[in-house]
Amino acid sequence: MNSSRFPSRLLENAVNEFSRLPGIGRKTALRLALFILKQEKDDVQRFSEAVKALREEIQYCKVCHNLSDDEICEICANPKRDHAQVCVVESIRDVMAIENTQQYKGIYHVLGGVISPMDGIGPDDLSINPLVEKASTGAVSEVIFALSATMEGDTTNFYIYKKLAAFPISVTTIARGVSVGDELEYADEVTLGRSLVNRLPFEKTL
Amino acid sequence: MFIYAFKFEQLLSSSGKLLFLHKRIWHQMHLNHLNLLNFKNIRQAELSFIEGINCFVGDNGAGKTNLLDAIYYLSFCKSYFNSIDSQLICHEEEFFVVQGRYERDSQPEDIYAGLKRSQKKQFKRNKKEYPRLSEHIGLLPLVMISPGDERLIVDGSDQRRKFVDGVISQIDKNYLEQLLRYNRILNQRNTLLKSARGKSGVIESQIDIWNSQLALTGQAIFDRRRMFVEQLEPVFQKYHNYISGGNEVVKINYHSHHQKGDIELMLQHNLAKDIVLGYTTRGVHRDDLELLLNSYAVKKDGSQGQKKTFFIALKLAQFEFLNSHFGYPPVLLLDDLFDKLDENRGNRLVELVGSDLFRQIFITDTQKQRLLDIVKHTGKNYAFFDVKEGEVVKDAQNVMND
Repeated sequence: MNSSRFPSRLLENAVNEFSRLPGIGRKTALRLALFILKQEKDDVQRFSEAVKALREEIQYCKVCHNLSDDEICEICANPKRDHAQVCVVESIRDVMAIENTQQYKGIYHVLGGVISPMDGIGPDDLSINPLVEKASTGAVSEVIFALSATMEGDTTNFYIYKKLAAFPISVTTIARGVSVGDELEYADEVTLGRSLVNRLPFEKTL
Repeated sequence: MFIYAFKFEQLLSSSGKLLFLHKRIWHQMHLNHLNLLNFKNIRQAELSFIEGINCFVGDNGAGKTNLLDAIYYLSFCKSYFNSIDSQLICHEEEFFVVQGRYERDSQPEDIYAGLKRSQKKQFKRNKKEYPRLSEHIGLLPLVMISPGDERLIVDGSDQRRKFVDGVISQIDKNYLEQLLRYNRILNQRNTLLKSARGKSGVIESQIDIWNSQLALTGQAIFDRRRMFVEQLEPVFQKYHNYISGGNEVVKINYHSHHQKGDIELMLQHNLAKDIVLGYTTRGVHRDDLELLLNSYAVKKDGSQGQKKTFFIALKLAQFEFLNSHFGYPPVLLLDDLFDKLDENRGNRLVELVGSDLFRQIFITDTQKQRLLDIVKHTGKNYAFFDVKEGEVVKDAQNVMND
């Protein structure tokens, strides 16, 4: 495959760049490059400008580290949202997932990962200190943990929990259990077991 | 809602015993037929077994143990002796097949295991391939006792942890989960320790958190293991007394760092040492069982026969745990059981497995007459199979005792 000869060095350059994208091999890269060649020049211009602007102009929200066009993201700038309620998530994708539920009216705090020495990520590589600082001002009444249900996620929760222990803040975590619409017999045993141990008063589920 | 909950409770408490009886009557399991093709030195065999004692007799290297291993394979999707599946294929052949027909809850169960060289192994239940092999394990409970189990006594503590963990995780799925979690935390902590070598400041910010995670999960594992060893010891002693004739005093002591104080403090105290070594020196991953015979370590002072009696009693205790968990007796495989045991102990062991607790047993031995004399007295049905250079022939003089 590497021996394939391109009739044009410009084409070869484009293929090389496309194939750097995740999930794109050289064959797909060639297909994308040839597709671009067939497009109107204006369309290609818009496309390349969008990519360039994405990288150069996008910012990280100074409050929550979410992606934003401005210094403060739309969510943090929204006065209708509850700024005393902070939901801690791993990544921007998690923000989008929770926003799509339309159930949450507080603000977020994006950590940028979880603590995992095997991946070379320590607490200092995550935006934990800004969260603690925010908590220390007294502006926060509740912190909600919404990290992955893995050992590393739990460890990170625990780490932040200890840091927040000094402040009068209620610390909660999202519930773990059987998926809505799932049949019980197909639920995995560990999840089902934990749902039983942490069962809820029926009134609360109404 | 309340009414419903109450009814549920009542159902459990009032008819719990009945449910159990129901289980005992209907949940039975035994192997009726075994078909082998190119499995180790057995090129082809088609065998029918009985509920009772099935005996494989023959000279060394004839293939007796390979027959047991084939049966083991059908329960655990792997060999007891060799972790490399392709080495189970008969020399100069391309594939092996092991097929068993069981009767379980009065229903036939066809289990098929096959492997072609350089291909993925196939494992089927009633002609349907399993998506994951782990789903099969537990369907056909089985305990194998073989001379190789001596490593339980003489090898390092990892063998004894493996034994304890193996039994508990079969009866407690949550335990296995905790174990996996503990190992992952340990891995993370050890990586952190290694990254801290020669550098300062890397570790301080987060070592506490890994210590407490390790302590927390370790505590759950410790509690479960302690509870298990407490239950194990009397059962083990019962079997040991029976086989040894009751003149020896045996004990199992569980040792863990968790018994010596606050594990989190210990982890903190040993941090400097841990950093130098690059691994964690305290925790349940260093647990051990101390096995005592007349108050001395059986590992050092026990004779070969005493060691053997010891591990046989341990494995029979495992058998009893699985029996009460599943509600029916597992299949029992006894490999080369007379080896190293004196005549009395050997005889008592066979008498023991002739009792009602055991249902289907497979025994290998080199001396037919000796085995025949003993099984005759058990009151159980028995069948003999002559094994010679990979050929297996059912003996004509098989006797049904009832």
